[in-house]
Amino acid sequence: MHKQRRRWEVIAEAAMEVLIRLCGVSAILFILSIFFFVFREGAGFLFGGFDPREFFGSIEWYPTSKTNVRYGALALIAGTASVSLLAMSIAVPFGIGAAIFISEFCGGRLREILKIIIELLAAIPSVVWGFIGLTVMNPIIMRLFDAPIGLNVLNGGIIVALMSSPIIVSISEDALKAVPDTYREAALALGATKWQLIYRVLLPAAKNGLLAAGLLGVGRAVGETMAVLMATGHSINIPHSVMDSVRTLTATIAAELGEAPVHSEHYQVLFIIGILLFSITFVINLTADLVVRGIRGR
Amino acid sequence: MVKTDVMIEIKDLHVRYGRREVLRGVTLDVYRNEVLGIIGPSQSGKTTLLKVINRTIDSVPGAVVSGTVKVDGEDIRQIKDVYALRRKIGMVAPLPVGLPMTIFDNVAFAPRMAGIRDRRQLEKRVESCLRQAALWDEVKDRLDTLGTKLSGGQQQRLTIARALSHDPEILCLDEFSIAIDPVTTMRIEDVLKELRSRMTIILVTNLVQQARRLADRIAFLFNGQLEEIGSTEVIFSDSPRSRKTYEYVNGVFG
Ligand SMILES: Nc1ncnc2c1ncn2[C@@H]1O[C@H](COP(=O)(O)OP(=O)(O)O)[C@@H](O)[C@H]1O
Ligand SMILES: [Mg+2]
Repeated sequence: MHKQRRRWEVIAEAAMEVLIRLCGVSAILFILSIFFFVFREGAGFLFGGFDPREFFGSIEWYPTSKTNVRYGALALIAGTASVSLLAMSIAVPFGIGAAIFISEFCGGRLREILKIIIELLAAIPSVVWGFIGLTVMNPIIMRLFDAPIGLNVLNGGIIVALMSSPIIVSISEDALKAVPDTYREAALALGATKWQLIYRVLLPAAKNGLLAAGLLGVGRAVGETMAVLMATGHSINIPHSVMDSVRTLTATIAAELGEAPVHSEHYQVLFIIGILLFSITFVINLTADLVVRGIRGR
Repeated sequence: MVKTDVMIEIKDLHVRYGRREVLRGVTLDVYRNEVLGIIGPSQSGKTTLLKVINRTIDSVPGAVVSGTVKVDGEDIRQIKDVYALRRKIGMVAPLPVGLPMTIFDNVAFAPRMAGIRDRRQLEKRVESCLRQAALWDEVKDRLDTLGTKLSGGQQQRLTIARALSHDPEILCLDEFSIAIDPVTTMRIEDVLKELRSRMTIILVTNLVQQARRLADRIAFLFNGQLEEIGSTEVIFSDSPRSRKTYEYVNGVFG
């Protein structure tokens, strides 16, 4: 009886290990094959005819012109950058602040309610956010700023900020919760006020998690497509203020891929934009990793 | 205010966590510049008692305190500046808690919280506290490395240095030796012997022999009540007032 159970346990353990390995390996495999696919679709043009100076340096994006085809993505890059930047400068302080409030100032019941609300916020589909941008934010911005149109960086930035807040809040909250209570007790016993405790102990102790939260937020912002497509006005433009309309890299892919003949130059350029997006997120993650490692290694 | 011989005066102290009453009417005095040992089985409320004294119990959800506690003649439930109270009291936790900052910043934390900004003044304070905790020689060349990189025994001495950093009148130690080796324990005991002439020390300990070595008087806390308090000789004699004290001290239960 006892012996049988042992053998079963050994088998189960071995099976679990294989399963876990499989999960790990398949995750890597998936990423590699996505990268491979995106790269393959764009490779033909990337290594023949593609002009990186034009792509990164020009704002002329005329992919379907009969006589004057131009693939200058600078305005699209600026669009993505401006919306992401505005979104993050709203969402990061707001998200971390909300996380501090939830984890340090809320008692049981209120905390649970807030967490449910935040989870609900995360469950709203992208297209609904776009719709809110189009029908709610748009008139508000027009009235508030007396602007001719309310579909612009401001609108898109606020919408993306709202969309990326839940993930920032929940990861930041986890990070703060992971700070041992003994730190709180020690700091309070040393005469720290609540704010000194937060500022001097909790935030530094949770900084890796908070950094991860911020970067995941950035990833969300850069990759967001549907909502920004609807909220930013979709006009190719280097913005000079938050009231300018823009178009983002993602929105361009979403809007044009269906129209571009498969394997045409235009189609391939859209995949090159995909490669660019892929590289941006890769660099963000790599930086995060290095920063985190730097902190640990000190 | 007239300075009395009583540093801490606890009267009929009750503490509940939610429905559970864990201190049930404790009355005791701690004299100025004595070492009071507090012994008792785990769960008997020793840590809770310390948390009441520096009012960190305030931040424990569901904790309800009644009774009076006076520190230096002042009722601590009435005082307005709880931070000033906490600066009067150094607290050392059972497990060493190096805050996630450099050794220097760990010891300079409380002085900074209290508003000291001058670098030279901080440096002096840090050095003197680390010396008092018998740690200075081991760390003086690496004050800017993380406190958490030290060994367990060093970290515990770091927390003692930190507890001394705001120049407290009372030093509370909660089972400080639970996670460190005997050699470091003896070193810290020597440190305490140095400090005893200058401050009031409350030594909560799971080792009755440690209390015997260090304490002037010993309180035996059992199940949330003060079973007995008396001089160390009496508590360790063949005839303490309570039979339970005798049995606990002699290892019959615990
Ligand atoms: N934060 C808390 N919430 C609820 N119960 C607690 C809390 N802290 C301690 N207790 C309970 O109070 C009792 C006394 O604990 P404690 O003061 O830590 O005793 P000791 O230090 O003597 O072991 C224990 O039964 C413990 O489970
Ligand atoms: Mg305890």
